[in-house]
Order: sequence, then C-alpha cells, then structure tokens
Amino acid sequence: MTARDDILKRAREALGGGFEQPAAPPKARIVVPEIPREARIEPFFRAITNLAGKAYLAKSFADAREYVVALIGDGPAVASNSPLLAECGIADLPGVRAGFKDPEALRQACASAAFGITSAEYALADTGTLVMLASVEEARMISLLPPVHIAIIPRVRILTGLDELLWMVPQPGLSTSSMVFITGPSRTADIEQILVRGVHGPGEIHVLVI
Amino acid sequence: MRRVSIFVTCIVDQLFPQVGMAMATVLERLGYTVEFPEDQTCCGQPAFNTGYRDEARSVARHFLKVFRDAETIVVPSGSCTSMIAHHYKELFADEPERLEEAARLEGRVWEFSKFLTEVAQVEDVGARLDKVVAFHDSCHGLRELGIKEGPRRLLSRVRGLTLREMDTAEECCGFGGTFSVKFPEISGGMARTKIDSIVRCGAEAVVGIDASCLLQIRGALSRAGLPVETMHLAEVLAHR
Amino acid sequence: MTGSPQETIHETLVNIRLQTAIYTSTARLADHRRTALATLPEYEELRTQANLIKRHTIENLGFYLEQFESNAKAHGVQVVWARDADEVADFVWDLSKRKNARLIVKSKSMTSEEIDLNERLAHHDLEPVETDLGEYIIQLAGERPYHIVAPALHKTRYDVADLFTEKLGVPREVEIEKQTRIARSVLREKFLAADIGISGANFLIADSGAVTIVENEGNIRLTTTAPKIHVAIAGIEKMIPRAQDLAVFLKLLGRSGTGQALTVYTSFLTGPRRAEEIDGPDELYIVLLDNGRTRLLADREKRESLYCIRCGACLNHCPVYRKIGGHNYPWVYSGPIGAIITPQYMGVAQEPWLPFASSLCGACGEVCPVKIDIPRLLLELRTEVHADEAKHGQGRLERLGFRVWAWVMRHPRIYEMAALVASAVLPDERWFSKAPGLLNHGPLKAWLSQRDLPPVGKSFRQLWRERRKAAE
Repeated sequence: MTARDDILKRAREALGGGFEQPAAPPKARIVVPEIPREARIEPFFRAITNLAGKAYLAKSFADAREYVVALIGDGPAVASNSPLLAECGIADLPGVRAGFKDPEALRQACASAAFGITSAEYALADTGTLVMLASVEEARMISLLPPVHIAIIPRVRILTGLDELLWMVPQPGLSTSSMVFITGPSRTADIEQILVRGVHGPGEIHVLVI
Repeated sequence: MRRVSIFVTCIVDQLFPQVGMAMATVLERLGYTVEFPEDQTCCGQPAFNTGYRDEARSVARHFLKVFRDAETIVVPSGSCTSMIAHHYKELFADEPERLEEAARLEGRVWEFSKFLTEVAQVEDVGARLDKVVAFHDSCHGLRELGIKEGPRRLLSRVRGLTLREMDTAEECCGFGGTFSVKFPEISGGMARTKIDSIVRCGAEAVVGIDASCLLQIRGALSRAGLPVETMHLAEVLAHR
Repeated sequence: MTGSPQETIHETLVNIRLQTAIYTSTARLADHRRTALATLPEYEELRTQANLIKRHTIENLGFYLEQFESNAKAHGVQVVWARDADEVADFVWDLSKRKNARLIVKSKSMTSEEIDLNERLAHHDLEPVETDLGEYIIQLAGERPYHIVAPALHKTRYDVADLFTEKLGVPREVEIEKQTRIARSVLREKFLAADIGISGANFLIADSGAVTIVENEGNIRLTTTAPKIHVAIAGIEKMIPRAQDLAVFLKLLGRSGTGQALTVYTSFLTGPRRAEEIDGPDELYIVLLDNGRTRLLADREKRESLYCIRCGACLNHCPVYRKIGGHNYPWVYSGPIGAIITPQYMGVAQEPWLPFASSLCGACGEVCPVKIDIPRLLLELRTEVHADEAKHGQGRLERLGFRVWAWVMRHPRIYEMAALVASAVLPDERWFSKAPGLLNHGPLKAWLSQRDLPPVGKSFRQLWRERRKAAE
C-alpha cells in the first residue's frame, strides 16, 4: 500500500468516514469597514511608522522620484519591472538596474545592491502591510535581499485590511505562486528577547504613496 | 426565614475551622439561618483531580445524599464549588438519576463571595479591619466561576482596609491538590514567586477565597519567616 | 532526557539565571499578547470561529486532504505522503541524490524537530543549515528548542558569543546586534548557494493547494525563494478549508504568539514559480506527514489536541513551564500542549508523570486561541495513566490510598474519628515544619520539604457543636 493510501485509510477508520463532501465549513469572520480611500492613508502611515518603517506621501511621480534620488544616491539599486516605477522615471535613474528577466542575473544584482525598489499589488491600512504578488512585473528577491526596501504604490491600492484583501482575492493562488505580506522591517528577538532589525530581510523600509 | 446550608470543605473543617465559623457569622449577621449537615465530608475533588474517577464518584454520591434537601449551599472555596457545580455532571454522565441531581445542584451551590454579591446582594457587611491587604485570585474561582471583581468590591467596603494589587494576583499559587506533593519543588517554587510578589506590593496580609490556596501560601510565608498574614475572605468580612 | 524528571527539574529550579530568563521572557510575550488583544474587540468571536473551523476540518480531514492534493497538483506541486519520520528523511535523502544537492537550508519548523530530520539526514552526511536565528544558535549548540516560538530563550548573549567563537571561528562578540549581523552574513551565503530549501508550514489551504508560512526574520522567504527546490513539511492537521479562513487564523496566531497584529512576513505559496514569473523555485514538494496524527484523530475525546496552531501562548502562561522551562519536557513540544500530545503520540506509559505535572490552574485553556480544553485533556490523561498502571499491576499503593480515603469520606463518623486521631498525633501549636517520627513520610514529607503546615486543633464540626451546646 502506498503511504498515501495508508494514511487516508487510517484517517477514514479514525473518523468513521470524513471523505464525503461535508456541509460548508463554519463561517469565517470577514468584515470590511467602510473607510473612504483618502481616510486610509493616515492610519496606514501610522502603522508603518510604529513598525519603524518610513512613510512618505508623494505629490506626484516626480516627487516620488526625488525622494528616491535623495535616498539612494549612487545606489547600487535594483528596481522591479513595475510600470509604475517606469512612469516615475525610477527605472532609468543612474545607479538603478531594472528590466531583469533572468533569475540568476537578478539574484547577483540583488545580492550586491544596497536598495531594492518595487511597487506592490495592494497595501493594508490597519497593519501597515504591503502585499506583494510575484509576477512578470515583480520579482521576489528585490524586496528581500537588499538591506533597504523602497516600495511605491498608488493610493487606490490601499485596502482597509486583511479582511478586504481576502474578500477581494479569495483565491490568491489563481494569480500567483507567491503572495507575500510585508509588515515592517525584518526583525528578531531570539537573543535575550532584545529586538534587532534587519536579520535576513531588509532592515529598513520606505513606503511611498502617490 | 432565609435558610442556607453550609458545606465547609474538608480543609476548612480540619485545618481552618475559624474560616467556617467566620462565614457562618457573616451569614447570620445578614439574617440567614445557617445549617450545617453533620454528615458532610468532602466533595471528591482530590480524587477527581488525581485521575481516580470511581473513588471521586463514590464520595460525590455521598455529597449528593447529604445535601439532597438543601435549597441553598454556601461554600468557602472556589475549587470545591466548581467541582460540585460543574464537574459532578461529568462524573455522573452515565448515571441518569444522579446526573439529574447534579444538574439541579448547579444553580443551588454558591461560592461564598458570589453568594454575598449575587444572592444576598450586599457588598457592605459592616466589617472593619485596619490592614493593607492584597487579594489572591484562586484559579478555579477565577477561571471557572468568573470570580474576580466580587471579592474586591466586598473588600473595598471593609472599613480601615487598604487593598493593593500584587503583580501575580492571577498566577497559580502552586497548590493544585496532589500536585503539591507529587511535584513539591515546582509547587514550592510557584509559592515563592507568589510570596515574593506579595512582599513587593507591601501588603500586611494576603486574602483569598480558597483555603487550599491559603494553606499553600501561608505554609510558604511561614517557612520563609515572613511576617505577612493570610486570611480567608470570610475572616476579613467577619472582622469588626 | 537523562536523569529522572525530578532530578533535571531540580537542576533547572536552582539555576537562578535560567529561572530569570524563562520567567521574564515568557512575561514579555504574555504582555505583548495582552496589549495586542486589547485592540482586537472581535477576539472572542474569532476564537470561537477558529475552534469550529478546526473541528469541522479535523472531522472531515480525509475530504480536505484529497481536495488539497488535487488543488496543489493542479498548480504544479508534487505532493508527498509520509507515514513517519523515516519516510520524510528517505524522501529528502532520495531527492538530494536525484538532484545532486549538496547544501540544504532550513527554516524553523517544529514538525521537522519532531521527526529529528537533521539527525536523520546527518547519517547520510547531509546537514541542513538552520537559518532562523534562534534555531541556528541551538543547532550550533547541539540542543533542542527551548520554546515553541523562541528556541534559544535560555541562552544569554555571552552563551551566543562563546558559541560563535567556538563554532564559527569569529572574534568574540557580545553585542546582540553585531551577533545578528554575523549570523546574517554567514547564512546569506548559504541561502544563495543552497540547492534545496526546507520549510514547515503554519497552514495548509485546501481550496488553493497552498501553504501559508509566517515569520519575522525573512529566512523563510529566502529558504522558499532562493534555492531551485522548495520542500515544505506539514503535519496533516495543519489543514484549513479556505484561504479566506486566514482572516480568522492569522489574526489569532500573530497576537497570541508574539503580540503582533501580523508577523513581518506572511507567505502564501501556491506551486513553484509560474512561467511568467521571474524568480522562485522551479519545484515545490509538499510533504504531508502523519507520524501518529491519525491515531490522535481516532480519539474522539482528545482529538481537539490537533487544533493547535503552535502559537506558544499556553507556554507563556503556564506557571509550571515558567518554572521548569522547555528542556524538562520529554519531547520537542513543551508546555501544556506538549503535556497533552506527548502521551497521545507516545502512549501514556512512556512518561506517566507528565499529565500530573500541572496544578490544573486553567491558564492554558483560557489563552488558547483555538479553545483546546487543555485542563480537561490533562484530567483524561491522568485517568488513562491509572488505567494503564492498573493493567500492569503498578500504582497499587496510591490507588489503595485513595480507596481508603474515599471509604473514610463516605462514612462521616469514621472521618471524624480519623480526624481526631490526626489531631492527637500532629502538632497543635503554631505552624510546624517537621512531621513527628513515623509520619515523616510520603505526602506529608513532600509537603514539609517546601513549606510549613498549620496546627491541627479542634475541627469546625467540634466548634459548631460546642457553640450550639453553649446556645442551649
């Protein structure tokens, strides 16, 4: 008997069944608060700041670009293929490399980059979270390897919270192999419960909202 | 004529009789006639908690018999009350008649502080005690009977009494029945954590609703040579 | 565990530094939880839902396992079923051989500790590198995790400094931030060179065929992104029906475990990298592990033990755990959850003392986000231990003692007489610290080893009778 058959057999015997389509699972509370778009920015920024992240409200694409220029200097930085970054003119800043299609080349670049610049599919206002979906536009490593992560998002993408996200995207797996929530800089308290930031992921995070 | 029966619990009967007398005194002052069914012994909790269900059941049957006709039963212990009010139903799950008796018991058996605040509906029993005290939240009382604010409200009405909060009020004192003698070192360690916190809050006495907790805490205070007293809530409320 | 439980427990109890570390770390985690829950008014509602969803899933586990497998495969996952620890290790070993893998990185997974994965793979000269900082530290030290969520809770910065110098050959560094940097740079190289990344999974999502994994450091993201092959090992009980159920579980897990509304990273992984995606593993294997879970499943009374989401809250609130720490428990799962599942997985005869090492204070059940009634299960297990003892002719003395006790308690006049005898023999002045002569034995001796006992004078009933007589 294969392990699969054996395990399922034991489960069947243990439960006296349990293989037929059951009644629908009990309710999971999903409550989407009614918060107008503009009113989400302040709590979003507050949440990010409480996590020791930096939040910035950009007045325009150019303004966002200025912020990035001031921050990254000569770089080196890696930017994702997000059209938003191209619109901001970030993709062709000196010191910024973008347009990666090959994972190896991307990895090399990220491993030596000081900054990773991405957009994000959504943001969650109540927890200060960025929702990154891996796609042709967004590679995973850019928000992971470099010690500083800069994310630029249009304000319409800010959702009220996790409930709204799951209500809008009940099956994340249909669109991507990897959906990652990023809630603040990487951290640990594994030694004497003392907080240290930037363990493996970025220790510094900047979120720009246009 | 308001009548209550009292189940003093085996620990109070043997080791802290003054707690039983204090409770009866408070009840009598409030106008109750107090009856003490003399055949009472134990609720069976020690056997139940140690995993001896049959033995617990046999003692519980005796309890049911003794208190069959009691309309209201007042108990100076959270753990014994919860044993009777909640766990008897588990014990008699397979005995329909006794199960029914146990179910009927649930609304009639009261831990002392709850009886005062919810049945007698009094908070000021005319007590006086000039002391700084801290209140220890007994586990069963707290988590199974929801006893937290009641005793504090009763204590707040005692003239001359100052109530302090110790930072480990809700932490277990370490008694746990046979746990205290099967794992004496852990139990003792838990007691010492409790008494350290009592000392830290500057209380002259620690007050509780369960004599088993007070047995443990008093025993640890005595061993440590600390001058802090222990009093059952009944003793405080009877004090004038 | 060498030495009897009481001996090793004694060692821990007299170690002041360790006592302080355990007590303050757990206090901090408990405080964080309390603060985080203060901003979650729907907490009780979520707890109830979590309990009901878990019950539904566990009771229909066969269905959800099949649904999960089907959806996972549809997204290119290779689903591997493993009955026990050996089958997991054999699979990983076989995979490594087939793929010519030399370096494996691993993220924190209690499930992998449960099956001693690293030890088993070491037999094949294959040693996965732990990448979670706490796990990395204890891997270097050759120890087991001390706490479900904080594996190196018992180590000080000086312990870590010694460890790094000895095992990594770096100059001695006692600053925690710098120690973290050292680990970061050592492990970064490993991530980028590894052939296989092994992770656990916090949740298996049946309707998506996906795994959800939470973390704060970023090592799970790196483990599941950098190497070409990702292997996720999950106990079959990790199943939840829908991605939307995360709206319940993620809120409970973060807050109960570490006091965070959400941990820094939450990964929802559905299959290997898609054709249009730029990076990510080329292959994803999900190992569904039984290792005794189907046996727990069969026990209707105790199968709620499988609802556990491994938050660690019960540990942080357990007064016993907070005194004896994680290493005094016989298995990798410690604290109250460890106390109830260890006898279920290993049989009650293995560590019969474990269910009794609790004062039944109920703090664990009170904080469990999925409402496992841990105290009730401890009581059940105590009864089972005695039943097992009776079968093997053990524990006669104690059982006899309780039989006699029960007989006395059923006969009030005998009870009164026994009480009179006791009060005649035991000291009746001031609290006493020694038992007289022959009585210095068993429970009395155990009690007096730690605290005093009150004098035994007149009983309540005697005083009551006297008072009544005086009134007449």
